[in-house]
Amino acid sequence: MRPSRLAVLGAGHVGPVIARLAIKAGYPVAIATSGDPDNLALITELMIPGAQPRWARDAVAEADIVVLAMPLHRFGQIDPGLLNGKLVIDAMNYWPATEGVIEAFEHGGSSEIVARRLAGSVVVKALNHIGYHELEDRARPAGAPDRRAVGAAGDDPAALATIAGLADRIGYDPVRLESLRAGRVLEPGGPVFGAVLPLDEFEQAVREDARSFA
Amino acid sequence: MTYTFGLDTFGDRNSDADGKPLSHAQTIRNVAEEGVFAEEAGVDFFGIGEHHTEYFPMPAGDMVLASIAARTERIRLGSAVTVLSSDDPVRVYQRYATLNAISGGRAEVILGRGSSIESFPLFGYDLADYEELFEEKAALFAELVKGGPVTWAGKTRAPLIGQDVVPHTESGPFPVWIGVGGNPQSVIRAARLGFSLALAIIGGPPARFAAYSQLFQRALEKFGRPPLPVLVHSPGHVAATDEQAKAEFWPRWRDIITVMAPERGFAIPTEESFDAETGPDGALYVGSPATVAQKIATNLRVLGASRFDLKYGMPGLTHEQLMTNIELYGGQVIPRARELLG
Repeated sequence: MRPSRLAVLGAGHVGPVIARLAIKAGYPVAIATSGDPDNLALITELMIPGAQPRWARDAVAEADIVVLAMPLHRFGQIDPGLLNGKLVIDAMNYWPATEGVIEAFEHGGSSEIVARRLAGSVVVKALNHIGYHELEDRARPAGAPDRRAVGAAGDDPAALATIAGLADRIGYDPVRLESLRAGRVLEPGGPVFGAVLPLDEFEQAVREDARSFA
Repeated sequence: MTYTFGLDTFGDRNSDADGKPLSHAQTIRNVAEEGVFAEEAGVDFFGIGEHHTEYFPMPAGDMVLASIAARTERIRLGSAVTVLSSDDPVRVYQRYATLNAISGGRAEVILGRGSSIESFPLFGYDLADYEELFEEKAALFAELVKGGPVTWAGKTRAPLIGQDVVPHTESGPFPVWIGVGGNPQSVIRAARLGFSLALAIIGGPPARFAAYSQLFQRALEKFGRPPLPVLVHSPGHVAATDEQAKAEFWPRWRDIITVMAPERGFAIPTEESFDAETGPDGALYVGSPATVAQKIATNLRVLGASRFDLKYGMPGLTHEQLMTNIELYGGQVIPRARELLG
């Protein structure tokens, strides 16, 4: 079976980190911004060796898994049709304190709002709650004593299993949350946002948070 | 390579010896004293970062820099950083060109997109526009520092048509840097506009920024520009011994990061994380002069950088502790780091 192909949309703080982790784990990775891939050539050569800079539509067309790693206020510029039929990882956050208020995201979980707009895609919320530097530094192979956990939340069990497998391959113990709504626990202000916890502490923190039962 | 060494402050609000906060006004006067003393101590650059908070009451650092300029001869003076996104590039240019005049050509500017975001609502800007605001304003600033009439049009301010922006500088453009946190596209932008690169490294292993430095030089080549310097800005505190420096800095660091954590997304520091950050692979330069000098020399080499700016102070430290820090930094850390760098 050929490995899943990833398209990472966004080449700011988060995108290159996820791309590097995925390449290291053996995934073919294309990376794209809203602009010309020529502008990404130096960045990929020096900072994400092995990734293919592409136009967003080309990267997505060939991908099995699309990672949304752009600032949330840019999400509205994406054509939802482009992502039809794709498995989408939403690694974005709605975080008014750092990016300002976005009216469309003021009510409800941000990934639920993303999923409503991407009606033709299957959305899993993941890789959003660990800082981008730490996401890279704390990745460990399976079984390492200091391995940490990441949460993955989604309504589609098969998609969730796929992304949990990806999280495991890039270096984290996956914790599955069985709906996007339950994934609100991974958002800014929640108990695991910004924290890099071992599996048992992560599970306990999520259990203790009332929103995970909502 | 010629190395230079600076000090940066955010106007961190001082306390007295009993831990009682000093007034904003007294803190500002203390910063001016510290800047003047930095020259005496042998420091090459003194920078003041724009902030608008109760614990960093420093929204008009250029005025403090002007007062330091009037009382010094040699030390270079600049912002660290100017939040350009929520300011008018014409006014920023005018203020620093004026500082350049008063100081006899010692002004510099470090432009930032503004990770401290409190200036956006204060001046009526929408945070959601920060990328466009910074891109446009940085491009206009690049035109302004060239000198000569400026013609420019954009979305974020009124157009300029053959506008002569005064005061003119006496000897060409003053140095301009762009502060970058961890976004490679910001590095490319600095190179495209012909600004030097200021790497703000405030957490984690500094060595991971080496790729940003390489990216910057390669991007300069691509844009047909000559090589430009890279500086490293990191927080720290110097005292007589490692133990004393850590004991003074840790509670102040813990308290301020705890306050800032919810709004900035920082993890709350623990003694364990503090030990990692003050160790050889961390981003904090806290310790004796020998410890801090070694760390500076190592990281300037690894990062291909020629300037190190220590962001000294923390809200709650005393003016006297900061003066000791400055004395040790200028008198011992800088000479030792120069020696280590050969």
